[in-house]
Amino acid sequence: MSEPLVKLTPDDFKPLGLGEQRRGINRPSRSYWQDAWGRLKNNRRAIFSLWIIIGLLAFALLGPLLWNVDPARQDIDQISQAPGADRSATVVAPYEYWGGQVTEAAPAQQGIFNLGDAPNSQVVRLVWDAIPGAYGYRIYRNIFPLEDDRVFGLPLIDVMSPSAGFYEDRLNLRPNTYYYTLVALDEFGALAEQYETLAVEVERVITVDEVRARNLVPPEQELAIGDTVNLALHPLGTDYLGRDMLARLMSGARVSLFIGIVAPFLFVLLGVIYGSTAGFLGGKVDQFMMRFADFVVALPFLLFMILFQVVFGLGPGQSGIIPMMVALLVLSWPATARLVRGQILQIRQEAYISASRLLGARNTYLVLRHMIPNTMGVILVTLTFAVPSAIFTEAFLSFIGMGVAPPTASWGSMSNEGLATMLTHPHELIFPAIFISLTVLAFNLLGDGLRDALDARMRSLE
Amino acid sequence: MWRYTLKRLLQGLVTVWFIATATFFAMHNVPGDPLSGERASTPEIRANLEARYGLDQPLSTQYVIYLENFIKGDFGISYTQRNRQVNDIIREHFPVSATLGILAVMFAALGGVLFGALTALYRNRLPDTIIMFMVILGISVPSFVFAALGQLMLVNINDWLGFSIMPVAGWGTVSHMIMPALVLGMGTMAYLTRLMRSSMLEIINSDYVRTAKAKGLPPERIFAKHQLRNAIMPVITVLGPAIAAITTGGFVVELVFAIPGLGRYFVQAVQQLDYTVIMGTTVFYGAFLVFMVILVDLLYGWIDPRVRLQ
Repeated sequence: MSEPLVKLTPDDFKPLGLGEQRRGINRPSRSYWQDAWGRLKNNRRAIFSLWIIIGLLAFALLGPLLWNVDPARQDIDQISQAPGADRSATVVAPYEYWGGQVTEAAPAQQGIFNLGDAPNSQVVRLVWDAIPGAYGYRIYRNIFPLEDDRVFGLPLIDVMSPSAGFYEDRLNLRPNTYYYTLVALDEFGALAEQYETLAVEVERVITVDEVRARNLVPPEQELAIGDTVNLALHPLGTDYLGRDMLARLMSGARVSLFIGIVAPFLFVLLGVIYGSTAGFLGGKVDQFMMRFADFVVALPFLLFMILFQVVFGLGPGQSGIIPMMVALLVLSWPATARLVRGQILQIRQEAYISASRLLGARNTYLVLRHMIPNTMGVILVTLTFAVPSAIFTEAFLSFIGMGVAPPTASWGSMSNEGLATMLTHPHELIFPAIFISLTVLAFNLLGDGLRDALDARMRSLE
Repeated sequence: MWRYTLKRLLQGLVTVWFIATATFFAMHNVPGDPLSGERASTPEIRANLEARYGLDQPLSTQYVIYLENFIKGDFGISYTQRNRQVNDIIREHFPVSATLGILAVMFAALGGVLFGALTALYRNRLPDTIIMFMVILGISVPSFVFAALGQLMLVNINDWLGFSIMPVAGWGTVSHMIMPALVLGMGTMAYLTRLMRSSMLEIINSDYVRTAKAKGLPPERIFAKHQLRNAIMPVITVLGPAIAAITTGGFVVELVFAIPGLGRYFVQAVQQLDYTVIMGTTVFYGAFLVFMVILVDLLYGWIDPRVRLQ
């Protein structure tokens, strides 16, 4: 025989007196939202996505406070710089005219074609001895080593003198390896057979005035020729115009998230108003309103997004954000409207609506107090799923050049710019692409979680 | 069935009329007009040009002319390429887009059904995990990144092999089409895989599958005859909207892979404010999409008689 779970005494069977407290339900009742939140909290993926979204919002809103760099400012010395690239530069004296005298700093002379001075990003100085039989010389510069097919690169100068000579190259030098080629010219100025190539490692240099102008070192610090200074820091590198990637990603996040969150909020709101009006009024009005919504759904979405961008027209100095918002608003509301109408039609027949009506509730009260709160779960899920599609639309339009106008940065327009240099500087495409993917992924997973938590019928099979 | 078909077709025609009207009035609100080009013109020349193009007529008359031409199937002449008719442009470039789109839809549908069925069969095991991870990637990575990565991959493969197994860009042969079509179908494939998976999971637990197992049918037969056929229905429903998404999504792929399709032409026309081409292409695309959706609906009604009765 096992022990009884509860020991009952005859006292337990006495009737309660008036006003005496009966033993109630032990746990407090939970509202729909508390229940949903409890379920959402147990969904690890959804909570993780929620944190990612909070992090992205913080990145967009608080990031510029911590990393206060102008996203439009160009750093000419560091163009298309990968993150973590070497940014040291040697301080040198300002440029002065050079007479062709080989200096002590020049590397050892060999062959005909040589350096006349240490090569740096300010100037590359070249000297050459006379080639027998040559009437003149042409100098080429290439960024690739010479192959058999005599592709010399960019012609820099023709020197129509057979004697030894010198040349100073100051054209857009970067800290790379350059391949200079000296080719002999015949008496007609055509290329002769003889040529000699010189590989030159260019060192990054900076003058004292530039260091001071850009505030690279504290003003009180002394600077001497030969010192090493660090150029401005770009944690995520720079783009093809030398703009700071981190600052641009932050300002791009503001644009992309603004469009991605505010536009869905507005068109879902419009859809809720339209759908609940149609569903509540019912009959002919409902049919007419839904017919119109069907037409709007049938418009080819992306074509009309582009068309609307043209219709609103971009004046000078406009960023293209507002036209995109309006176009999204005009084209995207019907999906929500249909959904909400369906829900309202269902709820309209519930007993509690009739009860409320019997008690004298007016229509506005019924809609605002009973119908919309009861569709709130569905609306919230729609909203969460609308965000990634709006972000995709923005990225897509900016990518084909119909979205935000330069210099405004958005993740889509940054990807578009990064595509051109994908092979040589992949970070310019990868960073904005990662941000778009992360945002879309986070909102999708959160949407899944919300759907599971809020709406038992729509719960996905996992 | 005939009444249903007729009703859907009529609905489609009205929708196309709505698209044409919306396009007409949207284009009429574009700031500036096609005649105010770079070349300075006197008011007389302008008036003559307006008379030539019928722009001096009241808006309602213009609308009627536009609709008449539209019914005749005449979309006018391109503003930027005076010797080309919009019809010719569509006739020349649309087959390219359509071929690409059809291939992409085929990839998406086949891949989606196959992978979706696989994930459901191997639920919570390694193939499921791998495929669902790829699906999440496919849903959250924008198509232009796939396009860029696909191109990059081809470059590297060709470089590694030492000869060109597949061209990186351009159009012409079947080998040109494979990569763009794969990239274009990727997002839809991910979406269809998810859909197929949940519909398949629902069916695996259904009574008739249990009955089929109980009466001793071989698993392959159950899979092909009972599970796949029923699970495929929701996939067919969303195929209409998927075709729409894929054909318009073709813009990016056409841009990246330098494919001479209508999408690329449309973007170019928008950038050059080529009014007739924009209007013609929009209405044509709109009509195409509307009738594709109807076609898929009819197909669905033919496969599943329950739909027709509603």
